[in-house]
Amino acid sequence: MNNRLLQFSYKYGALIFIGLVILFFSLRNEYFFTYSNLVDILRSISILTFVAIGVTISLTVDGFDLSVGSTVSLTTVATATMMIWYELPLAVVLIVPLLIGAVVGLLNAFLIVKVRIPDLLATLAVMYIVSGIHKTYTKGYSIYNNMQFQDGTKAPGVMNPDFLWIGQGKLFGVPFPVILMVLAVIGAHVFMKYTRFGRRTTMTGGNEEAARLSGVRVRRVRAWAYVASGVFAAIGGILYTARVGSGQIDAGAPMLMDAVAAVFVGYSVFGAGRPNIIGTFVGAVLTGILINGLTMLHVQYYTTDIIKGAVLVLALTVTFVHLSRRRA
Amino acid sequence: MLDRIAADKGSMWMNWSAIGREAEAVLSRIGSRIPVARRADELTLAEKQIVLIARLLVQEAKFVILDEPTAPLSLEEADRLFGIMDELKKQGIGIVFISHRLPEVKQVSDRITVMRDGKVVLSEPAAAVETGDIVRAMLGRSFEEEYPKATVPIGETLLEVEDIAAGHRVRGVNLSVRRGEIVAVVGLVGAGKTELSRLLFGADPADRGNVKIAGKTVSAASPADAVRAGIALVPEERRKEGILVGSSVLHNLSLPILKQLSGALGFLSRLSERKHAEGMVGRLGIRTASPGLLVGYLSGGNQQKVAIGKWMATDAEVFMFDEPTKGVDVGAKRDIFRIIGELAAAGKGVLYLTCEFAEALGLADRILVMCDGAIVKQFDRGGVTMEELLYYASAGKEDLA
Repeated sequence: MNNRLLQFSYKYGALIFIGLVILFFSLRNEYFFTYSNLVDILRSISILTFVAIGVTISLTVDGFDLSVGSTVSLTTVATATMMIWYELPLAVVLIVPLLIGAVVGLLNAFLIVKVRIPDLLATLAVMYIVSGIHKTYTKGYSIYNNMQFQDGTKAPGVMNPDFLWIGQGKLFGVPFPVILMVLAVIGAHVFMKYTRFGRRTTMTGGNEEAARLSGVRVRRVRAWAYVASGVFAAIGGILYTARVGSGQIDAGAPMLMDAVAAVFVGYSVFGAGRPNIIGTFVGAVLTGILINGLTMLHVQYYTTDIIKGAVLVLALTVTFVHLSRRRA
Repeated sequence: MLDRIAADKGSMWMNWSAIGREAEAVLSRIGSRIPVARRADELTLAEKQIVLIARLLVQEAKFVILDEPTAPLSLEEADRLFGIMDELKKQGIGIVFISHRLPEVKQVSDRITVMRDGKVVLSEPAAAVETGDIVRAMLGRSFEEEYPKATVPIGETLLEVEDIAAGHRVRGVNLSVRRGEIVAVVGLVGAGKTELSRLLFGADPADRGNVKIAGKTVSAASPADAVRAGIALVPEERRKEGILVGSSVLHNLSLPILKQLSGALGFLSRLSERKHAEGMVGRLGIRTASPGLLVGYLSGGNQQKVAIGKWMATDAEVFMFDEPTKGVDVGAKRDIFRIIGELAAAGKGVLYLTCEFAEALGLADRILVMCDGAIVKQFDRGGVTMEELLYYASAGKEDLA
């Protein structure tokens, strides 16, 4: 009985917990459970979800990408400056950040796969490099419409309204970033679960040597995982700029840990016990609900971190108690 | 490695020289001359085993459970282990000795218990049971013919290896395998068999040498290349290299043939994947509740069948087996021999690397003896005895351990 209870809590614990949290907030605040607020929550986590999908992929190959946060920062200012400093066309504005993300991913992959630096250390170094580049590039200033330079001149450009629509517009009454997020979650989930590429990725993470000896080109798999991680972070960066309408300095810094937390909460969803896209999404939703609900209850924003941490501990406890029992 | 043996003696300060002396004393008690300052991970598998046993002596255990302790040991090392066990016995320590090697069991035990399918089926004083009884109890039926060796027409040369070498473990090996032929490579532990198989499979880089499959030169820079060229390897370290214990039987079986199981866009067909897994489970007699079960839950023998089964549907022409019967029960062993026989009958080439001479004698068309990284002798089926094999396998090597 005890065992079955544990099994049950492991599989559905995260979902039930979200249900309880929603119920709690709905009872405490009548505005919480309204369409506009729920959509608001989803919109608030859309950027986080993109970053978290990238982290999920790097964790799936048993790696760890610490550089996603600074990749978000870099692509955010890159997108903003391309419009405000250089007035480049929209297509360029969208493609260049994706390339930047891919290049950061390739750099990670090179260090990890070729030079064979452990994942955590390689991406830590790259995190500093990328973060330094983005601050050097903007000389430490945030980028906004017609910003004033130090020599007194003004930047020529403003944010392209079409671009801002990506982050602020609506399609059929649903914010566009939410649509993008849902598509990305479904796409990534299907890719990881139902294609041979995704399967190879998962198997490489399960046991790299065994996968290699089964004929999987594990180095290639690991490389693509980091490129994917970089590109997803870049999408996060683009969305960030489009959402706030300016290029904030260090925008991505808090994103890394939130994304990692979401992924680890996701470990426990449906009893997966390993990184999985749907779980990550659930983890991101939980983060969004907590922040939104606590803010509505006028909890100080710095207090919410305590609660986020506690929830993470809870999720990890469920996951690892279960995993260690399974091994025993 | 010092810590490994002598740690935990209660004192807060480490007296390194005293610890070193004690460790040496313990090791010499069991007749080993491993330098104590070496790090444990630099030792060979057999040496590690001895270190573990030495630790038992230090910890003054009352009961010792040895789970397949002789699996990685050579014959002489095993004998030494039995000596140690006798000594432990005299000191009043109880020993549970888990093994699948019946001669050993007969040799060392006072009481023999046979388990099958998670149940005890026989428990008698050792003197009261015959080996045949044990085998019958293990199988639930009598074990008539241990090696079902069918005569298979032997075709043209399939695998040709010229002068392959890497480091000091493999020093210029030449060999060939023909269609339908089972070639055994025998040698003591540490002779370089595993290293040889990994070289041929592209898992480790070779210093020099040439590998040809059906006359075509193969540059196996990675296992993926080797698989494409038609070589499959069932590695020795099953749980670490042969299978993914955290994945299901289904996923393990389909890993090398994902391309066949998926469509143009890379989407996997769940139906054909399932069909393939169920077919393979039936064909190889893999005992699993369902193909969705994690491979880690299966017994050693069934895990091994999965490690073999994953290659069955590939286009592999040459199958290499590195100690496939290690840690495998009698029933599964026979299934594995049957599978190998079927592969040969289907015109594949089989390279069977083992330190179990009896298996090589029973199974192989040709036996190559490997010693110290080189092939020292070749025998045809029936033209050699166990003693001769042992002689050549240890020849040229003064220090047999």
